[in-house]
Order: sequence, then C-alpha cells, then structure tokens
Amino acid sequence: MGLLTPLWAMGDTRGRVVRIRRETADAVTVVIQPQTPWQGHSPGQYLRLGVELEGTCHWRAYSLTSAPGRQDGCISVTPRRVEGGRVSPYLCDGLSPGATVRLGGVEGGFTLPRRPPKRALFITAGSGITPVMSMLRTLAAARRLTDVVHIHCERLATRAMFAAELRVFAAAHSGYRLYSRATATDGRLNGAELDRLCADWRRRETFVSAPAGLRESIEARFRADGDPRRLHTESFQAGGHGRGAKRGRGGTIHLRNSGVQASSDGSEAILQAAEQAGVQIPHGCRLGICRSCVCRLRAGRVRDLRTGRVHGHPGEYLRACINAPEGAIELDL
Amino acid sequence: MAVSAPVSEGPLARLDATQLGYLSRDLDAIRNDVTARLGAGDARYIRSVIRRQRQLVLVSRALLLGSRHKPLWLAGTAALSVAKILENLEIGHNVMHGQWDWMNDPDINSRSWDWDNASPAASWRHAHNYVHHMHSNIRGKDRDLGYTLLRIDPEQEWHPVYLFQPLYNLLLMAFFEWGVALYDLNTPAMLAGDKPREQYLGELKGIATKARKQIIKDYVAFPLLSGRRSWRSTLAANFTANVIRNAWAHSIIVCGHFPDQTYTFSEAEAANESPGGWYLRQLLGAANVEGSPIFHMLAGNLSFQVEHHLFPDMPSSRYREIAPRVREVFSRYGLPYNTGPFGSQLAMVHRSILRLAFPGGQPRPKGGSGRRRLAARFRR
Repeated sequence: MGLLTPLWAMGDTRGRVVRIRRETADAVTVVIQPQTPWQGHSPGQYLRLGVELEGTCHWRAYSLTSAPGRQDGCISVTPRRVEGGRVSPYLCDGLSPGATVRLGGVEGGFTLPRRPPKRALFITAGSGITPVMSMLRTLAAARRLTDVVHIHCERLATRAMFAAELRVFAAAHSGYRLYSRATATDGRLNGAELDRLCADWRRRETFVSAPAGLRESIEARFRADGDPRRLHTESFQAGGHGRGAKRGRGGTIHLRNSGVQASSDGSEAILQAAEQAGVQIPHGCRLGICRSCVCRLRAGRVRDLRTGRVHGHPGEYLRACINAPEGAIELDL
Repeated sequence: MAVSAPVSEGPLARLDATQLGYLSRDLDAIRNDVTARLGAGDARYIRSVIRRQRQLVLVSRALLLGSRHKPLWLAGTAALSVAKILENLEIGHNVMHGQWDWMNDPDINSRSWDWDNASPAASWRHAHNYVHHMHSNIRGKDRDLGYTLLRIDPEQEWHPVYLFQPLYNLLLMAFFEWGVALYDLNTPAMLAGDKPREQYLGELKGIATKARKQIIKDYVAFPLLSGRRSWRSTLAANFTANVIRNAWAHSIIVCGHFPDQTYTFSEAEAANESPGGWYLRQLLGAANVEGSPIFHMLAGNLSFQVEHHLFPDMPSSRYREIAPRVREVFSRYGLPYNTGPFGSQLAMVHRSILRLAFPGGQPRPKGGSGRRRLAARFRR
C-alpha cells in the first residue's frame, strides 16, 4: 500500500530535504523534514539514512546533529565527504532541497543522560563531533551549558565543522570552555594531556567521540587513574569494511534457501563471501551498525571480525557484514 | 520412470567442452552488460507496476462493494483478476527470484516479499528458485509440476493413474495455487524419510497460516464489507478472480516447459555439468511464447522463459531487450530457440496431456536434433 504515494512507505518512513548548509569544504548539514511523525531520538544517537542512487538504495548511519524536539519538526545530519565513497560525495555535492530520503531506525547507546551531568567533559575529533553537537545544542537550549569543557581535535582548523556555532556557545555561555586543537601543527592528543587541558577530568562525566587511537588512549588513562564508569565512548570506523584484523580460520557457508555454497578464508565476512558466490544479501553500512544484513544462523559458529569473539547458536540472528564463518555454517538465506 | 538411455538424443551431448566454454562466455557477456546498465529507469518500472497494481486492487475491491449489480460485478471481477495476475507473475514471482534485490530496497526484496498466493514465500523460494531452476527438466530431480504429477514426456513410464490426468489437470488449473503449495511440501519425501518430519510440519504450519489469511481476506472480510445484499456476489467474484488467476498462471507455466520442442534430461546427462552445459540445458528445457507487450507483462515476462531460465535473477523488464541477442548467440551455435504463439504452444501441451494419459507415445520431432544444424559457426 505504501507505494500509492512516494512518501508513504510500507516499512520505513521518508523525509524531505528542506535545507542544505555547507559547514566546510567537505561537509554539509542536511536538514530533513520527516513525512510521518518523527519517532524521536536522544542526543548522541545515529540515524540510518537511505538514499537512492541509480535505482539502488544505499543505507548509511549518520549521527543526528539536531537537538530533539525542534520547533519546525526537522532533524539534521552532517555528513563529511569520504573520498572514494558512494553516498557521502552525493550528500555533500549532489543533493538538493526537495529530494526525498529514507529514514531508517534510530539507534545508539552513546547518549546524553536524561538528567544532564553537572560537570561534563567532551572530547571529539574530526566528524566525531557530530553526535556531541546534538548534545551541546540540547544543553544550550536548556541553559545547562554551565560547567562543560570541550576538547575538539581537527587536523587543520579550516576543516573544523560547527566552528562558528561553538564560538557562539563560548560567548553566550560562560560555563562552556572550548579548546580547539589543530593536530597537523600541535600534534595528536593523548590521554596523558588530560591533566593539563582539564585538571579536574576525574570529577567529570566524560564523553569521547573519536577514532580508535584517541579513544583507546583516553580509555587507558581512565582505567589507570580515573573512574571508567564516568567514561562514555562512541567509536567511528567501527570495523573497517568487514575485514578486521581478528581473522579466524574461515569455513564454508551453506545458504539453505538459495542452495548456494560460499566460503570465506577467515578474513571475509559472510556478506562478501556470499556476494562472491553470486548472492546479494540486502545490506546497509557494511560496518555492523545498521543491521540491514541480519540473517538467521541455522548451524555452526561464527567469528565477529571486529572483536575476534567466536559465537553463535542455531536460530540466532547475526549480521552478515561483520561475522565470518568459523568452520562450516548454515544460514537461512 | 525410465531415466537411462534417452529415446531422443538431445543437442546437449553434442557441444564439446570448448564450445560450451564459448557459449558460457557469450551468455555471461549479455548478463554482465545488462547488470552494468541497471539503473533508475528499472527501479521506476517495478515501482510503477506495483503502484498500478495496488491502485487496481483498490478499484476492484471498491467496485465489488456493489457487486449485486451485474456491471459492477463484471468490472470488479475483471479488475481483481488482472490485479492478482500482475501481483503473482510480474511482481511476486520476480521479486521473490531476487530480480530487484540490487535496488537494496527493503520493501521490494526477495527476503521480505510475500504474495497473494497460498504458497508461503520462503518454502516457495526454495522449491522454485533452487529445486526447479537448478535442476530444470532433469527427470527425477526437477519437481516442477510435470514429470511426477503429470506424464508429459513419453519417456516417463506409464501408470494407470495417468488415465485421470486430463481430469485432474483441469482441477489443478482451477486451484493451481493450492496445488503448488501442497505439492511443494513433498509429502512422499517425508513419508520415505528423505525430508525431516520437523521441517515438513513447519512448512505445513506455514501453509496453514497462509491459507487462513487468504481465506479470511477473500471469502470472509471483503464479502462482509459488501454488506447483507452483496456478500454472496462478492464472494463469488473473489472466487472467480482466484480461479482466473490460477488458470492463467497454470497456462503460462505449462507453456514454459511442456511444449513439444522442449527436451528433458536424465541425471547422467546433467552430471558434472559445466557452466556452459547448464546454460544449454536451460535453453533446451524452456520454450517462449510470443505476444504483445501487455501479454508479456501479464505473463510476468515468463513468456521469455528461455531468457528467464538463463538469467533467473535478471529484472524481468530486460528479457525482451536481450531476447534477440540470446537468439543470435544460439543460432551461431546451431542450437534451437523454442518460441511460438500462445495458442499453439498451449494446444500442444494439452494434446500431450491427453495423449500421454494412455500408454506409449512417441517423442515429438524437436528442433535442433539434426546434426547438420550443429555445424557451429564460430566467429572467434
């Protein structure tokens, strides 16, 4: 029934792009008006966004940069162009207002607590600022930017997104202190510098949204002489493209419904192995985020390529893009 | 069933490995070319077919609310029949083949699609996409309706039960969806212990669930909506539309595999088959039907049965475009390309069903069996 009107979908909802604002040379904020009542989100969560390019729908996960409950009912995401990518170059350079996009589920546990912390420390790097932007906007709107330290790293200052808005926060809220770092000239941030940049970091709820290197360095510092319970992290570049370093011994994959046999050398995820055998599994992010590729395991065990953990029971649903067979497996596909 | 020494020698054995390699390369080239060109136009096509079909269903159900008036009954029944035909053939069958999976659209996808038919999607996909398409026309392996229920080839051993096949074929035609659903359960395999009981019961439950939904929709809910004065005529209209859809699907499907020129194969002939050999078997086991663009759409483009069997997951809208190229490839190898008008293809099938109800029967002359036509002209 959903195909009666293009904006009335069967499964997922759609949204209309109402505005596109350029943030930097390689990033834009896309403001979207949902066409059905918006399910809502917590600051820090990400949205599965679907765009159609040449007939094929591509799904990607982007952090919502808008604060929940905007007056105009709109939401926004702020993608940065990934060179050689398929979707982000289109969003940054090819999209125009009026376009229709698909809105998948909202997910993510990296969120601002319902009762915002009295003292907070945000550590962001590059596009890792996007979920934190939603948190900061939420706090600013509620006049709760009372004791917040924000350390933001970017390779070059000219590449920093939201720079103007962050300066406005700093001017308007005396409790918001911003420390911007250009890593090309000042070097990369590491956990040892916390004392110098934010002496009372142990007393703050800390939110880190950064690539793995920086995140792990902060985590190590919290484990060594802080309280890891106060640390909240979001990691980007979750698992590479399904080719993790944690490879296992591989195995054969029997796709029961299509009757196809595929095999993986242990570094290829089920999704890639099936594609090489000529079976297209519907997928989205290929990073283990969006769950578009979930399929049902019937027999055997799999290895999570991101963590190296071997798991799986018959009847369990698992993501084809991040799991590789560990021995022979059977799937309902 | 006689599976050894085929009575008629098909062209299958007469292309050597090198020739089959060339054939496979030529057909792969056609597939790769189409795959590379799939795009927004194809996506628009399937979406517009689905949209039109949904509109037609709405219109037909609305007309049938007043089905006690004869003109409304006729118009509503006709519209509902066409809608059901489009839904099963051009949309359901093809979506469930994965022809539109490249769109990565969660709504138009082989995993999530379910159709207006008694067969549950998942078990149908296995029985059809795998058992039938993989083993097309191999006697004893292809469980598509001929070759077991019907004696459609003189090489199948006669049994007295086949005396009744003209009769039960008519019943099958009228109640095709139920026939397919029950047949795919493969009760004999379960009784023989070849199919796990648990799996059998699971599939049976699937059919029961599906049957309940179908019966409630067509024979309870919509008649009730039509009210006290129209419920009987709406019920009759829905029944009629289902029978028309079933008879149409049955006719299209038998025309795809059972006209005289199609070949069947023994398991030995298909053993250790190369990709080229697989392509060739698909060609020899399928027959096309000629017709107008509207006819092809109502046939779910299964009127391009040859192209569909070569490339089961290619979007159906492309079969028409590649048909001349496929035909040209086969003619280059001196192979037959089976096609004919709907009436004559259908008449041949029904004549075979009548004749082969009785013992004996001779294989019909087939295209491509003359050796001189096989003087393959290689351009490379």
